[in-house]
Amino acid sequence: MQDNDSSTGRPIRVLVAKPGLDGHDRGAKVIARALRDSGMEVIYTGIRQSPQMITQAAAQEDVDVIGMSILSGAHLEILPEIMKLLREQGMDDVIVVVGGIIPEVDRQPLKDLGISEVFGPGTTTGSIVEFIQEKIKERGGA
Amino acid sequence: MPSTDKKQWKRDTLDPSVKKFPERRENFQTDSGLNIDPLYSPEDLQAQGLDYDNDLGYPGEYPYTRGVQPNTYRGRVWTMRQYSGYGSAAETNERFRYLLDQGQTGLSIAFDLPTQIGYDSDHLLAKGEVGKVGVPICSLVDMETLFDGIPMDKVSTSMTINATASLLLCFYIVAARNQGVSEEQISGTVQNDILKEYIARGTYAYPPRPSMRLVVDVFKYCAENVPKWNTISISGYHMREAGATAVQELAFTFANAIAYVEQALNAGLKIDDFGPRLSFFFVAQNNLFEEVAKFRAARRMWARIMKERFGAKDPRSMMLRFHTQTAGVSLTAQQPDNNLIRCTIQALSAILGGSQSLHVNSRDEALALPSEDSVQLSLRTQQILAFESGVSDVVDPLGGSYYIESLTNELEAQALEYIKRIDDLGGSVAAIEQGFQVREIGDSAYMHRQEVESGDRTIVGVNRFTTEELPIEGLMRVNEEAARVQVERLEKLRKERDDGKVKASLERLEQVAQTEENTVPAILGCVENYCTLGEISQVFRGVFGEQEGTLSF
Repeated sequence: MQDNDSSTGRPIRVLVAKPGLDGHDRGAKVIARALRDSGMEVIYTGIRQSPQMITQAAAQEDVDVIGMSILSGAHLEILPEIMKLLREQGMDDVIVVVGGIIPEVDRQPLKDLGISEVFGPGTTTGSIVEFIQEKIKERGGA
Repeated sequence: MPSTDKKQWKRDTLDPSVKKFPERRENFQTDSGLNIDPLYSPEDLQAQGLDYDNDLGYPGEYPYTRGVQPNTYRGRVWTMRQYSGYGSAAETNERFRYLLDQGQTGLSIAFDLPTQIGYDSDHLLAKGEVGKVGVPICSLVDMETLFDGIPMDKVSTSMTINATASLLLCFYIVAARNQGVSEEQISGTVQNDILKEYIARGTYAYPPRPSMRLVVDVFKYCAENVPKWNTISISGYHMREAGATAVQELAFTFANAIAYVEQALNAGLKIDDFGPRLSFFFVAQNNLFEEVAKFRAARRMWARIMKERFGAKDPRSMMLRFHTQTAGVSLTAQQPDNNLIRCTIQALSAILGGSQSLHVNSRDEALALPSEDSVQLSLRTQQILAFESGVSDVVDPLGGSYYIESLTNELEAQALEYIKRIDDLGGSVAAIEQGFQVREIGDSAYMHRQEVESGDRTIVGVNRFTTEELPIEGLMRVNEEAARVQVERLEKLRKERDDGKVKASLERLEQVAQTEENTVPAILGCVENYCTLGEISQVFRGVFGEQEGTLSF
């Protein structure tokens, strides 16, 4: 099944990234597979990515979505930098979602930066797929 | 007429009953996917050819299936060793002293990610990571602060450190020396298990082959100079956390162990000179009986590998000693108090399985680093198991259970098959280079996830028995100030030390790294002259190169 956007016929393209130094990539890889199985095109960056590496890969791969996983607690330092770089490069329309161990109190500040959703532990891959499809529809296509 | 064998019982008694009252599931399986019969009997053990003397024996005797100590916990209970570290060396020092006051019996240092990967706290890539998942240790000064007021001849210390293991060991040795404690007196463990970092966890720095040399340099140095130090803790824990099954945990751990032993033998060490200092680290997961069987199978497998494969003569080389930690991945953010019960069951399996040391996770760790109250509950869990439950009063209490013995045999047989496959690929290092273990574990993790999402696998509070979640109070937050202070300390150190000595000792290390000489004495030289962790690692990065990550999923 191809998860095509209705207006362009192009599959949704997603960059799954592990920013920072944290090497726990079980979640990132499981989600990458689930998105691929739902028909999206998925590029995985591997671990230990700097904000520059992530935004550069997103631009090169022309992705619609960036999904990032952080478990080390470095999210408040790393994510603002990535959102700033995206804005500077005129990539505001890229949908950014985050998962990992992110305390409730940090979620709203992250959303205020333009991050679409923060998924906590226990989130189903199905609900992430649905969320992305919905956001792409709202945006008007992939 | 009562049944005379299992087949008859199944036909005459079980099947008619199941026909009337169907079972809860079509297939019952362990976490590793081993099929579970409704009942085990002496016939199952007979069919597997279990021989008490050869396969079980008595505790303290080969093949050590029932335990490496003759009386296990009747002399001394396991070491209660809660892993901790965060913020700064000074803050962690306070937590250590608190834990020792509460009756903890060993220390276990969690380092932050920059320290684990070989970057100083002021490195560009360290931004946001300093003091987050552990304590930053950039130089001798930080290690001395960490152990301020803690007698290093009295505590045993475990360090979760791999790519930079030899550096941290050298910081520890020199800090102890400055307390007046000699290398012969210190005791503890460095994890020093780089291979599993390429398979899971990810704190590698250099490529596998030069990293293997650094591992064995520690074996060599300690065999001659630090007799009470465990030179490696070969770890299944992180591979299991990444998704491996119990069978894969056993197989990949021992395949890595075999690679280290071969590397050490090739470097000219004798098996019984370093064999007794090899130690292990496993997880305790939820499936109680499978885990107990796993620990028992592990002891038997290691004894046989050392004796039969490597010709060890010293019984201590054949004795599997291991640390256990309960399973981080099993903790749920939903209904977090349920985690207390999970941790208790898991800890029980570690004790029934004969662990030498144990860390029990805390109820709030799916949400943040554990709070002080939660850590205290984890320690109390251990103390209740040790001193109230009675499980520590007898050796290998589940030995002889038809089910446990049957599972022990099955886990061993399947793990040995996997090891054979890795041998055929050219051993663990070659298999890692081919991405074998990463793929196998990725498949298991994805299958597990699908079982959870289909509801085939129950997680209480997550996919069954859910309730509305209330916000959790009192979560731990790392003090942001700590990172700034750490960077200032580092700047101060760089100003005050003797630059000439720093340069000379780093140059000496570079020369040694280019030969086959042991790197540990040269690292000690660097540490004494206040070279930093980042500077020493940079020398190795220059000589050995940097390991690239994998992009497959």
